[in-house]
Parts: sequence; structure tokens; C-alpha cells
Amino acid sequence: MHQPETHPRDSLFYDYAIHPYRRPPEMDGAPPTAPVVIAGAGPIGMVCALDLARFGVPCVVLEQDLQVSHGSRAIVLTRRSMEILRQIGLERPFLDKGLQWSGGRSFFRGKEIYRMVMPHDPNDRVLPGLNLQQQYIEDYLVSFCEAHPLVDLRWGQKLEAVDQDGEGVTLTVDTPDGPYRLDADWLVAADGGRSPIRKMMDLRMEGRSYPGHFVIADIKAEIDRPTERLCFFDPEWNPGNNVLVHRQPDGIWRIDFRLPDGENPEDALDPKRLGDRIDRVLVMLGREGLPWALDWATVYSANTLTLPDYVHGRVLFTGDAAHLLPIFGVRGANTGLQDCNNLAWKLAFTVRGWSPPALLDSYSQERVQAAREICEEAGKSTRFMTPPTPGSRMMRDAVLSFSLTEDFPKDLLHWRTSRPHDYHTSPLNTATGDEKTFDGGFAPGEPVRDVRLEPDDHLFDHFGDRAGFHLLVFAGPESVPPDLMAWVGARPIPLFVHVLGPTGIADPNGMAAARYGADPGSVYLLRPDMHVAARWRTLDLNALTEALERATQTTLVASPAKEPVQ
Amino acid sequence: MIEKTVSTADLEQIYDHLAEAIDRAGLDKDRLFLAKLSLALSTMVADPARVAQAIEASLRDL
Repeated sequence: MHQPETHPRDSLFYDYAIHPYRRPPEMDGAPPTAPVVIAGAGPIGMVCALDLARFGVPCVVLEQDLQVSHGSRAIVLTRRSMEILRQIGLERPFLDKGLQWSGGRSFFRGKEIYRMVMPHDPNDRVLPGLNLQQQYIEDYLVSFCEAHPLVDLRWGQKLEAVDQDGEGVTLTVDTPDGPYRLDADWLVAADGGRSPIRKMMDLRMEGRSYPGHFVIADIKAEIDRPTERLCFFDPEWNPGNNVLVHRQPDGIWRIDFRLPDGENPEDALDPKRLGDRIDRVLVMLGREGLPWALDWATVYSANTLTLPDYVHGRVLFTGDAAHLLPIFGVRGANTGLQDCNNLAWKLAFTVRGWSPPALLDSYSQERVQAAREICEEAGKSTRFMTPPTPGSRMMRDAVLSFSLTEDFPKDLLHWRTSRPHDYHTSPLNTATGDEKTFDGGFAPGEPVRDVRLEPDDHLFDHFGDRAGFHLLVFAGPESVPPDLMAWVGARPIPLFVHVLGPTGIADPNGMAAARYGADPGSVYLLRPDMHVAARWRTLDLNALTEALERATQTTLVASPAKEPVQ
Repeated sequence: MIEKTVSTADLEQIYDHLAEAIDRAGLDKDRLFLAKLSLALSTMVADPARVAQAIEASLRDL
């Protein structure tokens, strides 16, 4: 019998609420069926649930605890993550509470050796990074989930067993009232880095684990400094290692440092030892002797690991359950949000019967490739931050030494930050005959970017949180072909048409046309996750049909008039 | 100042390649390996003054 902790966790800044366990209706005779069950009410599981709900797909979310996660954990949301939250209509509380930032500074032997400036375009509505403790991230998502009639968030229920055949998944769920059975068409494993489902199914991840341990400590302290990422290499008190400092809301500061080789991670959390080190970090911040209080501390190590496939029959892995990525470059939750944003529309299309389950294969193809790219990119940062061998340590030290007087190796000090991935090899893309005529803009597979049309009007504002494909039409003087709306109306799937031009969304300075490389008449077909499926110089309904069928992996309508595929 | 003549991507690749080579040389031979590498690169640079410049830059902040 599952007995979740009923005492709220301790925190200096966040009041943990205990969410009551409710006896599941299936125990009292309700049919034990659900189209989708999501295991894990972390950020990824809940965003997946809310994204599915946009498409009218109900789900059950199982959470073994009665409260949100312990500690600040994932504290940085990227601009792409904010765009995803915006698509789903959730961004407001995050913007209100989070601290936005766009750069960082690195120090070595007391000297600033590198200033990181993350790309920021005036077309973007938010800065590249937004710092917010995971308690708040989850808190806001819980509120959205509990208010949504299609999301059934079940606290204090633990998935015990998974059994699947070709048709669905049979789950055994343990509760304070004992176990019950739940039959789902699909199970989304969003159960985190230690994923019990991954273990139950005996799935192995591929990649490497790095030696060395890092401590994360969150302290409450009155430090008047801007929001930026600070990195101190090779401090006197921790030779050969490094310290990262991030500001969080509510006067909380994240201190993150690598332990000396050979030190037992548990010893590092000893209050006296940890306290001495925090005092020394405060000296580096120019705040010697400042009073502080510890909120939370933990130990982690770096991995670049991924499952080779995220779709296993009727079980779909997402977020940390699917991969373990280095913390450097804010790649945990931000990668997971891109995963579930990719998964949700495809799963919804499958559940709604708009697409065959084969559409989900593209989720695995696109996101495993993204994870492998991240492993490659983040591996470089990780080898710099936690050199795995004597040779890599010697090279890291050489770069640091040079960086005091030479500029040529300084780019090696910059780690690449989590970015939206380009699904350029996706089977859902259509490379049209027009593709080579585009100079700039966004190619098939790429995520499109926002445009500031006027000071208070952005292109993405016009998409709102509507769930479906989007057709972005850059209207010429003759406006939109009259048969387009009839064509759209005849499609069984959600598809929204946005016309830029005199008859639609005003683009008075041609900003959108310029950013999209569009001429009058150009058309973009965007997937629900805002990646390009295809684009054309002129609209052709047969070509549009073909691209939409490819992007949904289905035949939408058997049109006798359809031209043969070229 | 030492000029940057290779792209960041190339420099990253060189960085990893050198790290692996130092490890292959082993802890007892890595100094010998790095001395040989310096000599080899010096004859490729083919300019004693520039080699001297690199030596001075490398001696700073050890």
C-alpha cells in the first residue's frame, strides 16, 4: 500500500501545499479506461497533459507524492521554453515571477576573462533566460491542470507495474487505499531521470557518464547583484574546479561547484564543510561575512545519455525519463519541454484518429536526434567543466592560463546553451520545388521565430493558443485564393489560416516578410509545435494537401482530382 | 596577441584531439610528447620570431 509523505517539505521561501489524495473512481465501479495516462506530475508531465488537453484529449496524470518537487532544481527556462508555454496559453505567471537575463561573466584568478552574451533579437518578446525555481514552475502548472476539465491529476498514486500488448497498456497503480488497475491506450513516461518505468521495462540508455560530482546549494541572502550567470574557474579554495552562481526570485541564490576529486559526495553536504565553502563563495562575490541561510542542497554528476528510441509499443518516453543530459547549458527541463511539445500534438492526432500511430515514430526520430546533438554539444562543455582525463584537464588549464592575456581561445570558455532544434531530416518535412528560391526565413524542420510587427503587436500573438496546424499566408494584392477557406473547411484536422497583409494581420514595415524571407504570395505550413512543414512561393492546394498529408502521415481525403505526386 | 586563424569549431576539435593525444602519451611521457609537438609545429610555422612570440605568450600566467 502506497503511503506518500503527508508532511510539507521545508523551504525558506516556498510554502508547500499538501494536495489531497482522492480515492480513484475505478475502485468504485467506474470503467478503468483512459486514452492517455501520464506518469509523473513534473514540469514535463504536466505540460504534456495541458498540451494534449488543447486538442481535446483527456488524460490521467499519476503523481506518487502529495506536493511539488523538493528544491529549486531546474531554475532556468529558455526563450524557447517560454514560447512553448505561451503556445499552450500558460506563460503569464512565469513572466510575472521569473527573472529574465541574457548574459554571464566568467572569472579566473580574480580577473574577468569572458563575457557571455546570449543572442537576443528585438523581435523576441522575452530575454534568452528566465530564472524561476521548479517549485513555482510546478505550482503554476498544477493550478492550470486542476482547473482544466480534461486533466485528471491524481496525487499520491504510484505506478507499480506496466504490461502492454499491441492495443494498449495495463497499469497497476498503488494508492493509500491499495492497488487498482487502469487500462490506457497510451502511457507517457514522464517519470524523471530515475524513471521507474524505464527500469520496469529494462531499457538501457546509450552514451557516457562523466566522473566528478557537483554540489548545488540554494541560499537565502541579501545580495544586490544583477541577474546573470557567474562562473569562477579554479578558485583558491577549490583548485582546479569551478563555481557557478545564479540569482533566483525571492532572494535565493544558486551556488553550484565541482567537488575535489575523491571527495565523498555525502561528506560534501556536511553542514560545516558546506557552510565554509558557501562563506568562501560569498567572499568571491564581494560579500564577505554576509549572513545567509541554506534552503536546499544536493549532489549531482554529469551524463550524456539517451534511450535510442522513445517509442516502445504503447509507452512513450519524454524528458529526463528518455535522456539524462548535463546541467551545463540548461538542458534538462528545457529539452524536456521541447520533447513533450513535439509528442503532445502527435499523440493527440493519433488519439483523435486524425493520424495513424506511425506518426509517433517521427517523435522518436526527431527528438532522439535532438538528444544526440545535445550530447555532442553539451559533451564539449562538460569536458571543459569536469575534465574526465588528465589530458582534458591539462588542455582546460592551458586555455584558462592563456585567457588572462590572449583572446584566441576564449570561445572555448563559452558553452552552448539549450536551443530549439532543427528537424531538418524529419520524415514530416516536404521540400517543395520552391524551397531553393527562399533566401533566409525558415526551412522545413526549423522552428519559426516571432516578429515584432508593431511596438505592442507580435506575430505569435495572432496564433494565440490555438491547437493545430497553422497556414501563414503572405497575401499579395489579389489577397487569398477564394477556394482556400473551402479547402480548409473540408479538412478533418484543426488548421488555422493567418493572412498577413492589407486584408489580415498588419505588417506595416514588412518585418514579418523580411524575417520569413517571404514575397507577396508566399505561404508557410507550420506544425502545431511551430516547426515548418513546408513553404511555397505561391499557394497550390494540391501541393498543400500533399505536404499536410506527409506532416500528419495520413491520407486526409481521397481526392479524385488530386494530381499525382511528383 | 596571438592571432586566431582557425574557426571555433576547428579549435574545439583540435582541443579534444590534443586532450586525447596527451592521454595516449601517458602521464610519464606527456611532457616529451608536448615538446615534440611544439618542435613539429615550429618547423611548420617556419618563422623563428613567431615561434619566440608563442613561447613568450605561453610562459605567462603559468
